[in-house]
Amino acid sequence: MGDIIVIEDLVKTFGDKRALDGLDLRVGEGEFFGFLGPNGAGKTTTVRCISTLVRFDSGRIFVDGIDVSEDPIRAKDRMGVIQQQISLDKDLTIRENMISHAMYHLIPKKEREKRIAELTEYFGLQEYLDKPVDSLSGGWKKRAAIVCAMLHQPKVLFLDEPTSGLDINARRLLWDVLRSLHQRGTTIFLTTHYIEEAESLCDRVGIINHGKVIALDEPRVLCDRVGSTAVEYMEGGKTQYRYFKSREEAKEFVSSLDDADNVTIRNTNLEDVFVEMTGTSVGSQK
Amino acid sequence: MSNVLLQTYYVAWGDIMFLKHNFLNILVMSVMTPLLYLIAFGYGLRSGSTDIGVSYVAFVIPGIVALSSLSSSFASTSTRLNVQRLYYKSFDEMMLCPLSLTAIILGKSTLGLIRGLISCFIMYALGLFLAPELSLNPLLIVMVIMSCVTFSMLGLMAAMLAKSHQSMATFNSLVILPMTFLCGTFFSVSSLDPVFQGILYCLPLTHSSLAIRSAALPDYLDFEWVSALVMVCFMVAFFLINYYLLKTRKFRSALEVMGDGVGYPHGVHADIAPQHQDADPGLLRLLQRLPELGVGGVIRGEGSHVRHLDDERRVGLVALPHAFH
Repeated sequence: MGDIIVIEDLVKTFGDKRALDGLDLRVGEGEFFGFLGPNGAGKTTTVRCISTLVRFDSGRIFVDGIDVSEDPIRAKDRMGVIQQQISLDKDLTIRENMISHAMYHLIPKKEREKRIAELTEYFGLQEYLDKPVDSLSGGWKKRAAIVCAMLHQPKVLFLDEPTSGLDINARRLLWDVLRSLHQRGTTIFLTTHYIEEAESLCDRVGIINHGKVIALDEPRVLCDRVGSTAVEYMEGGKTQYRYFKSREEAKEFVSSLDDADNVTIRNTNLEDVFVEMTGTSVGSQK
Repeated sequence: MSNVLLQTYYVAWGDIMFLKHNFLNILVMSVMTPLLYLIAFGYGLRSGSTDIGVSYVAFVIPGIVALSSLSSSFASTSTRLNVQRLYYKSFDEMMLCPLSLTAIILGKSTLGLIRGLISCFIMYALGLFLAPELSLNPLLIVMVIMSCVTFSMLGLMAAMLAKSHQSMATFNSLVILPMTFLCGTFFSVSSLDPVFQGILYCLPLTHSSLAIRSAALPDYLDFEWVSALVMVCFMVAFFLINYYLLKTRKFRSALEVMGDGVGYPHGVHADIAPQHQDADPGLLRLLQRLPELGVGGVIRGEGSHVRHLDDERRVGLVALPHAFH
């Protein structure tokens, strides 16, 4: 299977701020790809450019071999997008929102009724179909938004920080939903600043900072580059981090410390990778 | 062509459902303002006949119909799109779909057209009882439809350019309200100073009033073909502007307004801890209403502090204690 998303030298500027600075990226078909970075790094801007919501300054983007600038209509048909904030029409019921979305993708009436029935059953939304949007909690609204995005059977699903604003239970439920979608063969492109989300779900992770991809590989491989074992300890009133290739090396280091009581040995995670590469944490502001 | 028409219907479908859910409210609102104008100006201030040989009521009713086409069509389209763009974010959902721009423009103008027609024809039906001089004919119907479509597209344009609900209100005050009173609706533009006339003839409602009035009073006035042509030009111009705005994405996407502060000079980034979201809905509602004040922002579900972001400088850091609620 080839690359279903290809981004070449993408540049986007807002005023004098360069949000994307020559971004290059490829995502394989069937992959669960995570796009990790701090707020303001360019994750959402990347999704907006791919989905044609925003015009970019230069570069090229291909979705399923289609240039999104040359043929946006065909490209949009290949994509489903779930935005960061729930974007259902609150003046309509859940069913009416789904029908609208199916209509926007020109799905004939019988086919859209069939797909709405299938997907709402799959996501457990049947009892909510004729209720107003605001009667649902955040997690259920996200499921409804996913159904809307899936009705036209897109090849790629973009999710822009989908669990932002959800409590931990709703987040984990949504993770299960995304895993099952991936198992059905959908390529998923997920942006997040939650480390555990990227580590738990993604086949490959791209780390973005200042509009450029600074690392791109499987989560475990990225962590191993830094060192598979991390040691956290206090020094001079600040938390310090050191990384080692094995636990044995980490234990040896800990034994050399003066204050071994305030030390944690754990597996390296993607935030460690990010901090090592950039000097700042993923959750910080730009 | 048939594909564009089908897409137009699909785009309009959601708005038609909105109309269906709120029909009674919309009906009352569509008729109330023009009815008040009719009572105040047509009946309250009635002053015998005019210089074209009809009663003032017969003169003013076509003007009020033109006014109805402006107020109902403009307001319906602009308000609905403004809310969808800035509040619900659902307009971006439409932009993510493989719809032609022509279908989006025509489809989003449909609600305004329907509401405008409802309002105009109710007013005119009332007017036929009050002023027997008025005529109902195909030319009048065409002019009313054209007016409604033109002002609906104006509403679409205004809503796409508006940065906030406040800027929509400002547009209404500076453009729509003066047009309402000055563009030949209640008095003839030709009775004004030539310089003032020149300004008013540049506005679409003037030509809408002239065209509708001349179509409504065929026995007293020659049909204003020039005004009808000008209306066509305005309609085409608004369509092309809307097309340009959609094609180039020059409209303020909700994502840009509500984004991470990139490209928006004043942003509020609110990180609300998940356990506080249900405990303090008042805070979330306050933060979500900030765009109405011209402040873009993003609300996330982690942490418990609010920051004011400014491109040039940080205003400050306000920490909300966990015991806030």
